[in-house]
Amino acid sequence: MDWILAHLDDIGRLTARHVVLAGVPLVLGLVISLGLGWVAHRVRGLRGIALTGSGLLYTIPSLALFVLMPLVLGTSILSPINVIVAMTLYTVALLVRTVVDGLDSVPPAARQAATAIGYGPARRFVGVELPLAVPVIAAGLRVASVSNVSIVSVASLVGVSQLGDLLVDGFNRAIGGELLAGTLGCIVLALVFDALIRLGERLLTPWLHTGREASA
Amino acid sequence: MIRLDRVTKQFPGGTTAVDDLSLTAPTGKITVLVGPSGCGKTTTLRMINRMIEPTSGTITIDDQDVSALDAAELRRGIGYVIQHGGLFPHRTVERNVASVPLLLGHDKKKSIARARELLELVGIDPGLGRRYPSQLSGGQQQRVGVARALAADPPVMLMDEPFSAVDPVVREQLQDEFLRLQGELGKTIVLVTHDIDEAIKLGDHIAVLAVGGRLAQVASPHQLLTHPADTFVADFLGKDRGYRALGFDGAEVPLHHESTVVLRDGAITDPAPHDDPWTLVVDESGHPLGWASTDRLGQITASDELALGGTLARRDGSLRSALDAALSSPSRRGVVVDDSGTLVGTCRAHQVLSVIEEQERPEEERVPAHEGGEGGDDGLDPRAPR
Repeated sequence: MDWILAHLDDIGRLTARHVVLAGVPLVLGLVISLGLGWVAHRVRGLRGIALTGSGLLYTIPSLALFVLMPLVLGTSILSPINVIVAMTLYTVALLVRTVVDGLDSVPPAARQAATAIGYGPARRFVGVELPLAVPVIAAGLRVASVSNVSIVSVASLVGVSQLGDLLVDGFNRAIGGELLAGTLGCIVLALVFDALIRLGERLLTPWLHTGREASA
Repeated sequence: MIRLDRVTKQFPGGTTAVDDLSLTAPTGKITVLVGPSGCGKTTTLRMINRMIEPTSGTITIDDQDVSALDAAELRRGIGYVIQHGGLFPHRTVERNVASVPLLLGHDKKKSIARARELLELVGIDPGLGRRYPSQLSGGQQQRVGVARALAADPPVMLMDEPFSAVDPVVREQLQDEFLRLQGELGKTIVLVTHDIDEAIKLGDHIAVLAVGGRLAQVASPHQLLTHPADTFVADFLGKDRGYRALGFDGAEVPLHHESTVVLRDGAITDPAPHDDPWTLVVDESGHPLGWASTDRLGQITASDELALGGTLARRDGSLRSALDAALSSPSRRGVVVDDSGTLVGTCRAHQVLSVIEEQERPEEERVPAHEGGEGGDDGLDPRAPR
């Protein structure tokens, strides 16, 4: 506990970096997955390729991916960009399937009605399919956010600092308080991400929460 | 006018859903496509707004080939109603109704105001406009579906089993209101159903399709019941055809004076002596309430103590309703009322039957007994009696 109180500055700085390294890829990955998922949902032939491909992507060990990134991107080995791109890939790996599942979950009647009354494919996606897929996509996003918060800590091994530093350093130097701070930090961060996603989902799906206003 | 000319649809795998179908849906009329599952009726409907593209043949709306139009644009100009209403669960009721006007780029405020008007037109309290579809009953959702289809005031409406997802009482109510609405709006409507009774009730013209997308017959409801083109159509029409056909025959039936007693303030006033075992009870303004057995007249205090089984026939109604009124009445005297529901007399079953027997069957002379089946431009006879 003493260690934690004495290092609040460091913990704060590392937490902020952790938020960026886990959060930015989450947003980027979601946007990319929406695009890929839409294509995979619409084009039957691409569906299998997208789902298998993204599944395989997730099996690459994170450390290997972090090390590989500078070679592919031409960035410096210590650049946080490596981690952000790698984490985005992991997010995409998890979310493409979720987006496809979410679009599959749209009631066929709603999709058909949209087509029948004159929605073109793009407007139907934005106006009808995506809003109705929100619950499924949000569920996948919650898994991805926990996964990101956890995997990012490995980046300490390639010199990109965040809360994982506390774990590595605490382990090497056998400082219990430091290990505890790193672990708790990750858990709290994961819970905060989760709460934010749930809040967002709730705001985007007012039609699922109508029980109390039935007489309004 | 919607015209299908030698339209065929084969799905990949070789199933023929619609086979060389030629059909005309006249402007301002309700054309019903009816048939068993697998007869291609929904496929036919969806080819009209290009949700399914025909394998061959042409479809025109007011002489405009639909395949030459942008599909989404075409659909915005055609009202479409599906089973359960097909509402968007994530949009409020009024936003659902405003979907097409907003797609067309109309002003949002005006579109919502128009949506509220339409809700009222289809019998939904506009106060429900802010609710979500899941907060409405099945019948209400169906009505909202109709309102949404009407929102951009399209001249043409396609309806796919629009009333089949609700219970029989609500269905009948919706059908009646639909006919009333159509009487005001005069849209060109193509409606799909598997329910022959619904087809007969709603259709100005009925196209009976057989499995494999073959057109078995096109006719008015009356013609269909009296002159089914083949055994398939006859079987599909079901029983009681002679009786149901009477629903389209209006004729004067002899009326008899009926002496009545009045139920006022919880008692029968002036229970005059009467030979007949049954006496008709009316209210103060002459509306029939029900039959009472004559020797119990003194004990009647409320209308629900009367025998209520008898149906009422309108003076200018069909022979079917007159006959039914007589058959359903405990006294066997059918109660006949005028448009305001006031008693005008009673009718007797044997006299209704005499009228039926004496009636010539005029359509025997006017139209051939068999028509349709071969397709072609004369698939529908606009002179067909309704």
